[in-house]
Amino acid sequence: MKPFDYVRALGPGDATAAAGREGAAFIAGGTNLLDLMKLGVMTPSTLVDITHLHLDRVETTEDAGLRIGALVTNSDLANHAAVRRDYAVLSRALLAGASGQLRNKATTGGNLLQRTRCPYFYDTAMACNKRDPGSGCRAIGGVTRLHAILGASAHCIATHPSDMAVAMLALGAGVEVEGADGKRRVVALDDFYRLPGEWPDIETVLEPGDLITAVLLPPPPQGRQIYRKVRDRASYAFALASVAAVIRVDSGRIASAALAFGGIAPRPWRDGDAEAALIGEVPSREVFERAADILLADAQGQGGNEFKIDLTRRLLVSVLTEATEERT
Amino acid sequence: MSEHHKMDAPDHARRLDDMAQGLIGTAMDRPDGPLKVSGTATYAHEWAVDNLCHGVLARATVPTGRVSDVAAQDILDRPGILAVITDRRLLRNPAQGGAGEAPVQDPSRIAYFGQPIALVVAETFEAARDAAASLRIDYEETEGTYRPEDAAFETPEDKQSSQGDLDAAMAQAAHSIDVTYTTPGHNSAAMEPHGAIASWDGDDLVLRGSYQMLKHNRKEIADSLGIDPANVRLLSPYVGGGFGSKLGIAPEAVAAALAARDLGRPVSVALSRQQVFETTMRRSETRQRIRLAADAEGRLTGIGHDAWVSNLPGETFAEPATQATPFLYGGENRQIGFHVARLNRTCAGSVRAPGEAVGVTVLENAMDELAEATGVDPVDLRRRNIPDTDPSTGKPFSSHTLRRALDDGATRFGWNQRQRPGTRREGDWLIGLGMACATRVNILAEARARVSLTADGRAVVETDMTDIGTGTYAILTQIAGEMLGLPLDRVTTRLGDTDLPPGSGSGGSMGASSTGSAVYLACRNLRAQIAARLDCAETDLTLKDGKAIAANKTTDLAGLSDGTLTAEGHIEPGKTREETRQATFGTFFTEVAVNAVTGETRVRRMQGTFAAGRILNHKTARSQCIGGMTFGIGMALTEELMHDPRDGHIVNRDLAEYHMPVNADVPQIDVVLLDERDDWASPIQAKGIGELSICGAGAAITNAIYNASGVRVRDYPASLDKILAGLDDGRG
Ligand SMILES: Cc1cc2nc3c(=O)[nH]c(=O)nc-3n(C[C@H](O)[C@H](O)[C@H](O)COP(=O)(O)OP(=O)(O)OC[C@H]3O[C@@H](n4cnc5c(N)ncnc54)[C@H](O)[C@@H]3O)c2cc1C
Ligand code: SF4
Repeated sequence: MKPFDYVRALGPGDATAAAGREGAAFIAGGTNLLDLMKLGVMTPSTLVDITHLHLDRVETTEDAGLRIGALVTNSDLANHAAVRRDYAVLSRALLAGASGQLRNKATTGGNLLQRTRCPYFYDTAMACNKRDPGSGCRAIGGVTRLHAILGASAHCIATHPSDMAVAMLALGAGVEVEGADGKRRVVALDDFYRLPGEWPDIETVLEPGDLITAVLLPPPPQGRQIYRKVRDRASYAFALASVAAVIRVDSGRIASAALAFGGIAPRPWRDGDAEAALIGEVPSREVFERAADILLADAQGQGGNEFKIDLTRRLLVSVLTEATEERT
Repeated sequence: MSEHHKMDAPDHARRLDDMAQGLIGTAMDRPDGPLKVSGTATYAHEWAVDNLCHGVLARATVPTGRVSDVAAQDILDRPGILAVITDRRLLRNPAQGGAGEAPVQDPSRIAYFGQPIALVVAETFEAARDAAASLRIDYEETEGTYRPEDAAFETPEDKQSSQGDLDAAMAQAAHSIDVTYTTPGHNSAAMEPHGAIASWDGDDLVLRGSYQMLKHNRKEIADSLGIDPANVRLLSPYVGGGFGSKLGIAPEAVAAALAARDLGRPVSVALSRQQVFETTMRRSETRQRIRLAADAEGRLTGIGHDAWVSNLPGETFAEPATQATPFLYGGENRQIGFHVARLNRTCAGSVRAPGEAVGVTVLENAMDELAEATGVDPVDLRRRNIPDTDPSTGKPFSSHTLRRALDDGATRFGWNQRQRPGTRREGDWLIGLGMACATRVNILAEARARVSLTADGRAVVETDMTDIGTGTYAILTQIAGEMLGLPLDRVTTRLGDTDLPPGSGSGGSMGASSTGSAVYLACRNLRAQIAARLDCAETDLTLKDGKAIAANKTTDLAGLSDGTLTAEGHIEPGKTREETRQATFGTFFTEVAVNAVTGETRVRRMQGTFAAGRILNHKTARSQCIGGMTFGIGMALTEELMHDPRDGHIVNRDLAEYHMPVNADVPQIDVVLLDERDDWASPIQAKGIGELSICGAGAAITNAIYNASGVRVRDYPASLDKILAGLDDGRG
């Protein structure tokens, strides 16, 4: 671990000011950052501790949505009464992630910004454009079981590992950010992550010093909410593929559909065309397959992850079937 | 006084059964349990040693070649950095189990990615780790072989055997099976990573480490350093799991000793989890071809087992995957073929029941395929093929319990509820049942132990034997308490110190029966000493609750003698090993659910029935079996060392990505231990149990997957992608 400075921020202004320094990084739960520092994958020169910023509340907003403080832990959020009642897809997604111990430490902001689990990213002996821009991508042609089938580039094929963010994306969340200038702005989660393209090291639209202060959820959606995660063991493994679905059926037809996917792309993935193909339709296997065709039209395997294409299709069809089933 | 016994004849006396204390076999708690669960048992790296400094190994980041330069000076100038050790005596490979001599040394030549190159020593662990990570090492790279597909295989002559004519048997068989399975490499994945603290006093080395077989490890260290084993004292009172990876020494031991000598102060070296993956033993991947020839009723007429495994150039160990095939089932025509590739991958060695863990598993899959082909129920098929004597040698079995295990397991589990493959469904889940047999060769090893009876009527058991989490402290305490008629609180067991008499070490499931026999012999001698003081025959003596009863007279053991009575027990294997085939047996029954949409498998029920001679402690034996079956779940579904095809490096080198089963993967596991005495195995009639419960466990799961889904995965692990490939489109 490289030697580093430690600064404890007592107010957001403190935090963004300190984080403006060259090589500074925020530390929240530390469950991702500390591991990466020990391995030499991330080497911040200053750690700005934001855990004293009192961003740990879940509040109802004026428009009856939720404002989730950036430091609310994954455990607290999953167990929050309003979340369990109104945003079940989020609660389920959180509980499908990591382990109880990790969720007790992990925070909302940290979860959004956790880094990929690409094993080549984790090994400093391997060329990796995300860790060391311009060095190459050793994952391509290597062991690619965890890698992306959508949205990858010739420079990086890594996936985003979060479960929480997938559910938030389906819920249409926004990310509240405070900049170094002290101004707050809200970025739609759908606009928050960037695709790797030529610069996989740049993962979001955040600027240096930007602090996530909260995640905003719109008012509770209508319809059925489902989170399904497929992984290599029953618990404590990252998604090979996951789906968050919020679907409303009205008079026998699909009235609204929000679908987000994890484990298959460099960012939580949403495809408006696939959703649009469902709207107004009478639920049927053919309709679901058509949505899957649209979603996966550009899907590309990397060898070891080829199976994710079929898996995602099956998963989507199954989740849509469940979401549109008439309840007795 | 010394009591020596060579196992040249069966011991039908079964003296332990005559004893009165009532400890043997009971589910006694481990005496070391409270220390372990409260975090106060001291593991290798936890000793508080004065003036300690810390070493971290730097690794090769090329797979094959030669080190041309180590830029030590760059980091020696940093504050707190004490030394960069590049001594030629540093280990290149870890030592194989039971080696008793130095493994391959000289890390300046690189045989595999991640190989240790140098040790960086600093005042703090953090400084050492940072410096080791940034130590510049220059290489001259050479070409290597990284995939079995690219390797030429050796076919060692002494590892082939055949009798009869298997090809003819296959051609004439009413039913035949000719299938090839593959299993991936495995990591031992012990909870405690390897660690060592070395301190010198003049020419004497004290090394606190985490090892399984101290009497061999001591010689391995001495030979690596070029010193006399008498100058080495090893301390391993607590070991947080070994599973083969600590049978022999690993690079941290020699590195710590060399650095401590150079610096004249104690040095600790701990491996990171990643280093455990890269530099300690892996189980070789295997390819295995099984041929079975059977008559119309499923009686085997022929059996063939060919295995292809790998190791580094120059290593003699080869995963003995075919080890149980010579004796598990009958059939006149038999053939064993064995092939080894030389690969530049991390050293291959013993990991969790080397041989049978993967070999019996694949054989039991093939038997399931034969059951399907013949239409004979899988349990019946096994029953029909149980041999009366070892079919390869004609020798009698020392005991044979497979039929009992089949009957017991099938009844308890409700095997008669099994249906045709692919016919039971609950929602998205396809339900199936599967079974497999377990077997493992049994070993008795030389062992010594000392037992002392103090003047105040307490016993102390002493041996360099280790307790690697298995329950050695408990069972040795029980044997001594039983033989000497002492309650538990009057027996103390001291382990893991080479100053004590050399036990067998822990490995190959032989520790309990071997070192337990040494303790038994020492106690038998003490009983004779007590009898002599009471003027009676040893066999007329009843010892119970600290009292000796002879000829209607009761005498307190406390005060029986002015001083301490001491005896050393010494057991050696003998003729019974050659005269009989000794093995343990068992069965596994499982119920699985396979998701028709995603291919995910969940094990719903698991039943194991095992016989391993006398069970010394029902709780620790049961725990061993639960552990083995849990590893069976891992082998069946998730565990796999993934090697990069281009340089052989282990890609998933931590426990987040190398998937051991977690709680949610493990259902209620039921374990039944059959009552048995094996008089040929040891004077305490016990056999090895630890490894038995993984040998075939994976097959019970993959056979159940077939019964559930109709998908036969022949490439372990049966991960969801491989099952998906065989499922229909999910319409159900
Ligand atoms: C073994 C293991 C298994 C796991 N399994 C899963 C899983 O199945 N699913 C899943 O979703 N996750 C999983 N995780 C990841 C876990 O969810 C994340 O580590 C956690 O959410 C990160 O939160 P944190 O608060 O600890 O972040 P930190 O480690 O403190 O920070 C992570 C990153 O976010 C930045 N950051 C943190 N807070 C802010 C803020 N407010 N503003 C700006 N930047 C910020 C930090 O600078 C850092 O770069 C797993 C982790 C481990 C170790
Ligand atoms: S896939 Fe991305 S993260 Fe992985 S090695 Fe390539 S560039 Fe790095």
